[in-house]
Amino acid sequence: MSSEISRRHLLSRAAALAVLAGPAAGLLSACAGGGGGPATGPVTGAKSATNPLGVAADAPLDVVIFNGGLGEDYAKYDESLYSKAFPNAKVSHTATQKISDLLQPRFANGNPPDMVNDSGDGQISPGTLVNNNALTDLAPLLDAPSIDDPNTKVRDTLLPGSLDIGTYNGKVFILNYNYTVYGLWYNAKLFRDKGWQPPKTWAEFKELAPKIKAAGIAPFVHAGKYPYYIGVPITDWVAKLGGQKLSVDIDNLVPGAWRNDAVTAALEATLELVHNGWVLAGSEGMSHTESQQAFLDGKAAFIPVGSWFENEMRKTIPPGTELTVIPMPSLTDHDALPYGAVRAEASEPFVVPSKAHNVNGGLEFLRIMLSKDAAKKYAELTSSLSIVKGSADSVTTSTALTSANRIATAAGDNIIHFRSFIDWYKPLRSEWEAANGELMAGRFTAKQWIDKVQAASDKIAADKSVAKYHRDK
Amino acid sequence: MNHRRLPFVAGFLLVPIVLYAMYVVSPFVQTVFYSFTDWGGFSSEQNFLGLGNYAALLGDEVFQKAVLHNAFLLVLMPLTTILIALFLAFLLNVGGRSDSAGVRGVRGSGTYKVVLFFPQVLSVAIVVVLFQSVFRTDGLGLLNATLIKLGLVDAARPVQWFSNPDLVLWCLLFVMVWSGVGFYMVLFSAAMRSIPREVYEAALLDGAGRAPTFFRITLPLLRDTVSVAWVYLGFIALDGFALVTGLTPESGGGGPNHASELISNVLYRTAFSQGKFGYACAMGVALAVFSLLLAVVQLRVTRRERIEY
Repeated sequence: MSSEISRRHLLSRAAALAVLAGPAAGLLSACAGGGGGPATGPVTGAKSATNPLGVAADAPLDVVIFNGGLGEDYAKYDESLYSKAFPNAKVSHTATQKISDLLQPRFANGNPPDMVNDSGDGQISPGTLVNNNALTDLAPLLDAPSIDDPNTKVRDTLLPGSLDIGTYNGKVFILNYNYTVYGLWYNAKLFRDKGWQPPKTWAEFKELAPKIKAAGIAPFVHAGKYPYYIGVPITDWVAKLGGQKLSVDIDNLVPGAWRNDAVTAALEATLELVHNGWVLAGSEGMSHTESQQAFLDGKAAFIPVGSWFENEMRKTIPPGTELTVIPMPSLTDHDALPYGAVRAEASEPFVVPSKAHNVNGGLEFLRIMLSKDAAKKYAELTSSLSIVKGSADSVTTSTALTSANRIATAAGDNIIHFRSFIDWYKPLRSEWEAANGELMAGRFTAKQWIDKVQAASDKIAADKSVAKYHRDK
Repeated sequence: MNHRRLPFVAGFLLVPIVLYAMYVVSPFVQTVFYSFTDWGGFSSEQNFLGLGNYAALLGDEVFQKAVLHNAFLLVLMPLTTILIALFLAFLLNVGGRSDSAGVRGVRGSGTYKVVLFFPQVLSVAIVVVLFQSVFRTDGLGLLNATLIKLGLVDAARPVQWFSNPDLVLWCLLFVMVWSGVGFYMVLFSAAMRSIPREVYEAALLDGAGRAPTFFRITLPLLRDTVSVAWVYLGFIALDGFALVTGLTPESGGGGPNHASELISNVLYRTAFSQGKFGYACAMGVALAVFSLLLAVVQLRVTRRERIEY
């Protein structure tokens, strides 16, 4: 989601371009090497059953929060929980939208905060922090007993796959706290009024779509200006029909991985949407917010988007709308993954700097964040799921959150995720996006799409200057 | 006296020269240096590649498309802008009917001047937001809504403007010209004002109409101003970053399917999204060379003797 936000911040990009031409790039590298103040070493306390991480009870805790779409109120609540546990510790709270501006000098000088929500436009690239050994390995936290149940490790209270993105060479350095679920959204009230059933299979969708169209509503809308969004449901279908092995092969740039019948079938189905006139006219050039608004205005029945939807559009959602998300329909009756399989990933990075004065306090703060109490508060305040299992079970104020929670829970281990064309290799992402755009404009056939994306994938695989990543599952 | 003046002058120059060297010259030198390396932008380490980045540029299809698109804008944008600006400036200053008071502009020229200059006071970000609405691809866009109302466009197939590979560069050109015309109109107006009225009156007495007056008198006397405008507009055509990033589809703009990539946004994406600062610096150096060549060529072509009046 953060990359979508940054897109809107045109001026900051223009400013950044000026930086490239200017001296700051040079200064940046000078600063990076110029740090390293006197490290006093972290403070520790005695470990006990209630203090498994050995927090020094009177050590101050310095927390820095990114004040973006999720706000800062949930963090304040978590801080109050910390203060309750360690009444003698002074907790300082800083909320900013410019993490990098604020913290780059502090990291360079060796006096970083104890816990940082490293997010937003001004995020310090997490990979860079890891490579500079600036972060604490989170293993002690993950292996510590959880707040709610001393017999369960923190690690086991989290949703499946939620640690994957923060793992570098087998070590977890980054805790991505938010859990984003992707799927197909519809307005349950509209469907109830019209007597429509949300489809579970592509065949059902094709049966329903003409009825929706006859009612004067476009069956489908997508954010064509940023073809990343339509790429998500397309590749959901690829994974559902082709299975996890195919997803892994695609991400590992296995030669010819895209030349798979499952990919062709997914693309052909997408083209049916286009050629049957089921896509809202003008979707090709719509931004994410424009397409989401078109959906909310009742111009389209389905939109593929992530679970940030309600939070992002809160101000313009018409009263009575019951935003509901379902998994992408099964493409065939012999899909490799069950209908319930959904794309989900952890986002919103939280880190404990390795040179922090109160490392254990920072870890303890994360342990508190991962408690049921804190996670529930987070769901209430932000209408978002956290990576804590069952975090939103008792929150019933939002149909969007409830349905996202329902499909994430129902999916179990059938989580779809892709990395290669999403975040690992940006040049591949760029070509993949372009191919999606051409497909939705009706200018590409399935074969042309595959040729283009396979060629881009092969090019990355052959480029020795690109650092390669790998996943086994 | 002279030996005392030198340190005095130098004392004044020292600070600006140091600042200039630190903040202008040094980044240029650093950019050139980094263009020979594989610097990733977030560490102090890099390997020397020699001309490797420049060789890669020659084989980079996206970059080559970007160069062609910039060339398209470089030719058409200054030409269109200057022609329209000249036409408007002429009408506003000397295009009206001449009467006993002498040569003047069309009626209401003061109002027109303000209206036409208006785009100049809008920041690029506002221009982007404005034209996002004008060129919306559904029926709600200003242009599409009008065209649909007029029955020129089928409501089920609205024009895709920036999302149509055949239209996107023309739309960009339109926005650039729209936002540039006002300023150059004022520039040319000022230059026209400095042309003595007697010259026009003499032409009038000789029976010259509007067209001959423009081509025989106004244009030759504005030659210097036009050539400077040409160079400035050329630089703008070589940039275009904010417009292409904000208005064209796909992450960072340049779509659909690379149909509107410009050097500046390819450069940005290469550096900040793909983390290849060394390669991006090579693009930057190439762009700087293009700009310098442009200035040299333009000023040479238009150079000739000044007319004193």
